[in-house]
Amino acid sequence: MIELAVRHAYRDLAIDIAFSSSSRALALFGDSGAGKTSVLHAIAGLVRPDAGRIVLDDRVLFDRAAGIDVKATRRDVGYVFQDGRLFPHLDVTANLLYGARRAQRGEPFRRLVDLLDLGPLLDRRPDTLSGGERQRVAIGRALLRAPRILLLDEPLTGLHREARSQVLEHLRRLKKELPVATLLVSHHADEVTALADEIVLLRAGGVAGHVDVAAFAAMQHVSTPTYLV
Amino acid sequence: MTPLSPDEWEALSLSLRVALLSVAASLPFALGLAWLLSRTRFPGRFLVEALLFLPLTLPPVVTGYALLVVFGTQGWAGAWLAEHGIVFAFRWTGAVLAAAVMGFPLLVLSIRVAFDNVDRRLEQAAETLGAGAWRRFATVVVPLASRGIIAGCVLAFARAFGEFGATISFVSNIPGETRTLPIAIYELMTTPGGEPGVQRLTLVSLAVAFAATLVAAVLGGAAWGRRRHD
Repeated sequence: MIELAVRHAYRDLAIDIAFSSSSRALALFGDSGAGKTSVLHAIAGLVRPDAGRIVLDDRVLFDRAAGIDVKATRRDVGYVFQDGRLFPHLDVTANLLYGARRAQRGEPFRRLVDLLDLGPLLDRRPDTLSGGERQRVAIGRALLRAPRILLLDEPLTGLHREARSQVLEHLRRLKKELPVATLLVSHHADEVTALADEIVLLRAGGVAGHVDVAAFAAMQHVSTPTYLV
Repeated sequence: MTPLSPDEWEALSLSLRVALLSVAASLPFALGLAWLLSRTRFPGRFLVEALLFLPLTLPPVVTGYALLVVFGTQGWAGAWLAEHGIVFAFRWTGAVLAAAVMGFPLLVLSIRVAFDNVDRRLEQAAETLGAGAWRRFATVVVPLASRGIIAGCVLAFARAFGEFGATISFVSNIPGETRTLPIAIYELMTTPGGEPGVQRLTLVSLAVAFAATLVAAVLGGAAWGRRRHD
């Protein structure tokens, strides 16, 4: 369950966004400049909005008026950045375990390695991985934090067709196998249709609509992502 | 050419000890200050930077005199320290302090450039993974800046190894206590028949300084302008 209402003025963008959802697979859809990444940054605690309130599963992460601003390190939020951001000086295992809680280091680690097909990559350095492999490691790393919500910031952007298809398939597998809630940010309708149940439409820093996936697919004339067919 | 005399060996070993200890003692302060200058904005920042570079621009003799005024046994801090059994003036520990002060700007500058080159988005990623400021510093910033940090240490070591003006003003020339290699060379130059000793110690200085700058150049390559564009 997420409740969010934030206002923030950047140098070239002002956002005023509010939505709430109990969906386990929510997406923010909109063009670049719509404010999607700004919302993720606000949820993760990487920016402090000028005003607003963010509540995740009844836990207040941010409330400007009440002076509540939980540190980014304590928000229990997993963040998969568009560019992966793996630590280049650490191998894949060390990257995966960087933020892992103790309870995640045994069986959950092995299970995630299986789910994301990371076994053959564990000893490799990030600079030897392909874009898709890097993104799978980034997803695993964020999940081993055992987050309340997994924030996916355009996780497929910049990947070539085959890698996109593979990572998307892994994300669909995770959605089916793991209980974690996800919040996907994307400007690709087919990705959103494949991964989300509920979609908040963003436009120019504000909310333009809030629909379920069937209505979204009808709006976008999308059925199944073409590269999955 | 004849091997080094016992006095020359003594000067060489004292210089190596002074240079190594000066870098080791100033490194934690340099890491902290470089991090502040690289990652934070605070009032008086330009004043701190100007003060930091003062030892590079002041005549070393003046720096030595300033150290005497502050850390001499009658100095502002020196008198208090002397009461607690810590004396710098005319001791080898004073040579370490003088060398540390003279090498400090180079150390901070190198480390700061290395910190500036660490991708801050990686620190942001570490933050979302629960890493607090210290852990981010120790596990992301320092490892990724390690080449620049080592290069800075080597440069500061070389600067400390060659330190003369501030040292002789602050701790004078006491054989076995404060007569470092450059001071020994100067003394031999002003002693009749000292020429062969000057040549021997000059060659030793040249070898140490060249080795240090070579190591710094190789290690510092990535930090000083040859960044990888990946």
